[in-house]
Amino acid sequence: MAVDPRARTSNRTIGQMVVVGVIASAIGVAWGLYIDWFPIQGSSQAKKIDELWDVLLIIAVPVFVMVVVVILFAVRDYRQRPGEELLDGPNVHGSTRLEIIWTTIPAVVIFVLVGYAATILSDIEEAPANAAQELKIDVTGEQFAWTFKYKGADGKDVNTTRLYLPKGRSVKFNVRSKDVIHDFWIPEMRMKVDAVPGIVTSYRITPIREGNYPVVCAELCGLGHSVMRQTAYVQSADKFDAWLAKQSAPAPAAAPAEGGGAAPAAAIDAKKLFTDGNGESIACGSCHQLADAGTPAGGVGPNLDMVLAGQSADMIKESIVEPEKVATKGFPPGVMPPNYGETLKPEELDALVEYLVTSTKK
Amino acid sequence: MLSAVRQPGWTRAMAFSAIGVAFTYALSVGARAGFDYKPFLDGEAVLQIGLISVPFFFMVGLGLFDYWGYWMSGKPTRPEDHSGHGAKNWKSYFYPNTDHKVIGVQYVVHSFFYLFVGGLFAMLIRAELAQPGRQFLDANTYNGVFSVHASLLIFLFIIPVFAGLANYVLPLMIGAPDMAFPRLNALSFWLLPIAGVMMLSSFFAPGGSFASGWTAYAPLSNSAPIGQVFFTIGVQFAGASSIATALNFLVTIITMRAPGMSFFRMPLLVWANFATSLLVVIATPFIAASQFFILLDRALGFNFFDNGQGGDVLMYQHVFWFYSHPAVYIMILPGFGIISEVLAVKARKPIFGYRMMAFSLLAIVVLGFTVWAHHMFVSGMQNWIRVPMMITTAIIAVPTGIKVFSWLATLWRGVLKLDTPMLFALGFITMFTLGGISGVMLAMIPLTIHVSDTYFIVAHIHYVLFGGSLFTVYAGVYYWFPKMTGRMYDEKLGKIHFWLTFVFFNVTFAPMHLIGVDGMPRRVADYADKYAEWNLAISIASFALGLSTLIFAYNMIASWRGGPRAVGNPWRALTLEWQVTSPPPVFNFDAIPTVVGGPYEYGVPGAVHGVFADEEKAAPVAAGAGAGATATAGSGGAPSLEKPSAPDHD
Repeated sequence: MAVDPRARTSNRTIGQMVVVGVIASAIGVAWGLYIDWFPIQGSSQAKKIDELWDVLLIIAVPVFVMVVVVILFAVRDYRQRPGEELLDGPNVHGSTRLEIIWTTIPAVVIFVLVGYAATILSDIEEAPANAAQELKIDVTGEQFAWTFKYKGADGKDVNTTRLYLPKGRSVKFNVRSKDVIHDFWIPEMRMKVDAVPGIVTSYRITPIREGNYPVVCAELCGLGHSVMRQTAYVQSADKFDAWLAKQSAPAPAAAPAEGGGAAPAAAIDAKKLFTDGNGESIACGSCHQLADAGTPAGGVGPNLDMVLAGQSADMIKESIVEPEKVATKGFPPGVMPPNYGETLKPEELDALVEYLVTSTKK
Repeated sequence: MLSAVRQPGWTRAMAFSAIGVAFTYALSVGARAGFDYKPFLDGEAVLQIGLISVPFFFMVGLGLFDYWGYWMSGKPTRPEDHSGHGAKNWKSYFYPNTDHKVIGVQYVVHSFFYLFVGGLFAMLIRAELAQPGRQFLDANTYNGVFSVHASLLIFLFIIPVFAGLANYVLPLMIGAPDMAFPRLNALSFWLLPIAGVMMLSSFFAPGGSFASGWTAYAPLSNSAPIGQVFFTIGVQFAGASSIATALNFLVTIITMRAPGMSFFRMPLLVWANFATSLLVVIATPFIAASQFFILLDRALGFNFFDNGQGGDVLMYQHVFWFYSHPAVYIMILPGFGIISEVLAVKARKPIFGYRMMAFSLLAIVVLGFTVWAHHMFVSGMQNWIRVPMMITTAIIAVPTGIKVFSWLATLWRGVLKLDTPMLFALGFITMFTLGGISGVMLAMIPLTIHVSDTYFIVAHIHYVLFGGSLFTVYAGVYYWFPKMTGRMYDEKLGKIHFWLTFVFFNVTFAPMHLIGVDGMPRRVADYADKYAEWNLAISIASFALGLSTLIFAYNMIASWRGGPRAVGNPWRALTLEWQVTSPPPVFNFDAIPTVVGGPYEYGVPGAVHGVFADEEKAAPVAAGAGAGATATAGSGGAPSLEKPSAPDHD
């Protein structure tokens, strides 16, 4: 039980720790900033949030490095060596000065960070100066699809499953749910909010980049949660206005859709449609087994080789467009998205039905 | 046969359970028939009543209520001959026992069983996620597997394993012969297997196991198949167990400390469990309430969470997180205590800033109740509450930081023995610091809006619960293994276990930060192709992590059966549990010790924490003695390893 005869920490050791710590922190921060953490910056909100992340990284890395450096140097200099089995360290109980330092410095850093985060929060939620210009979209979640409602040019409601957004214009989403809690999220836009039954929640974004981005449900909502994905199309303001005007007018049935993601109308590959979807709809094969398409068993929906064998084309078409009417026994109600009538173009639907009739015929 | 049914034990427990099933059918069918409510026999109604009532029949049959029953009914209670105290052989561990050491072992072994079950579920999850698309599990089974994984590891591993370790060592540490309420202690343990069997058996329920996550958010949990009530009711049993144990700890700590053991002479593990027990007693009723709401909604149509009938969906989350945020401190504070014990002994130095360590625990208890809504930044609750909750959440980093810095200062200039418990303790400090840092990041609302419900959250929770809590559990199990079993574990295997765990833990969970920020949502069986490479790497690492636990299991079992005999105090520790034989006598101390100094007076030749009545009194050492303080070498209590003190160069 001898007391440690070893010398105090030398200034040289402290110097080494500082040097190693600074170098490691610099490398860590540089690496952290170099990594492409986030998806594409799709909104003005995304820029601010990514900036907060960088600040947090710059503060976090040195804290972690400091803890690790102290441990490694303690292990290097103070580990028990042969012959020291009965040695004790010095009977040091504390240091009020040190304890005050490591209480106040973190507290100050925390308060600065919190203040900064609160500023960013008010920035990303700020209403645009010209509130009348803001586009308002009603978003409704249900198991397992999103629907969007716009105010058309003629004042009538436009209901759609395709989310079109104008670049450079503030958009406010008012989010509702028909059944359970969902969460409306476009990772490229960074913002999200739960869709809660009984209340209206909201957030706003200003898209800054044209392109197609996934719409994801982020809150566990049941069996189809992982396939509750759609697409947001960000277009120039002019294109968007044209699209909205067209939606308000009575659309001819076979009009080719505007914008990205739409396949050419000719020569539809129904098998590919089954396994991959059309970029808009959820692929049939992600839930259903079908031997001809090679999709696996164990999905959310019934095995089509069995349930569709010998069914008529009309019956198959109805089961795609209005799945509630012909749901298979043993599968939960509402598990199949009710919006295939909208996400599939009529000719795609016909091709799919024909493919299913032939491929399930025994 | 008849006498076996009359004696408390497994035969009677099975017979009573059968009576319980009959009672359940009679009550359900009778009540429905009485109200002419058709069909009279409804499977779900029977199941819900049965899940509540049959466990009580089982426990009565097992004999947990015998003494109280006799006393309450005015019959003569059997004279307490301590026949139910202490283990006679391995079979004793399968019966109710009132010895805190037997109960502690029951707790720890039972908890580790669920660590392995929960870990197997994790392997299933990772197998499914190794590639995008569906491979092994359908959506319902997948949702069930991750829900049961979380529920088992939270309610049947982390919370009870800490209660078990403390059950074993806490009475020894404060110089008490047992816990304050030994029969309540036995009851607390036997509630756990009921909860565990219930959660596991949910997979056999029609419609599959509960699949709405361990958070069981309404209204998803309201409309889920019947498997959900296995969680709803199972949590009640696990929660009741927690509350009873916490009350037991509080009363034991407050009333049963040995003479001289003032609050500021208690080892920090005792402080940690004091703080944890306060949290449990105050917070746990809230999760009980949240699950009773769900049960009443489901079984009796109460519409607490049906917005069409005046219900409020967000209320569930507030009540749930009012427990479940403090619960994360319930799952880490006892670990803080373990680390303080291990570091002081293995660094041969007093804990730096002992009083601040104790006060910071209490600060975390108080602050822990003021931050629950940070789980709800995107839930759609009222906006103004977010910034206050962000401030309180971030402030918790201050008392937590005090603990980390104090541990580092404890290491400094010590004589570090880098054996398995110490390696896990050092590993814990680094990993928990990482988890704490991502925790502060998550307090920042703008960032949380993006990363909530993503794999960033999954990474954070596993850094604090696996790299944090589980590392402390490993440190504690290795540290007290000699005391609990009377055998030494294999040091070499222990070190291999540490390094494999440390490396593969990081390879498994660190990339989850990356894919989370990049937008991969959690709780999905299928994901976008761009996350495929990382997920495959994570899955492979996780299988290695899973395999590494087999080394631990082998080490524990083989060492327990045939390891070298352990001496009473192999670590030269000062706290009282090491001053008795390994394993300790049935009533812990032949004579209650008298505490004469602080628990960590390393570096003072001859210093002791407590003395035993038959020994000469050692010179007390004040807890606040400064560096270089020397005391007259005591002749008694000091460990036998004592040698003539070396000259003090300090």
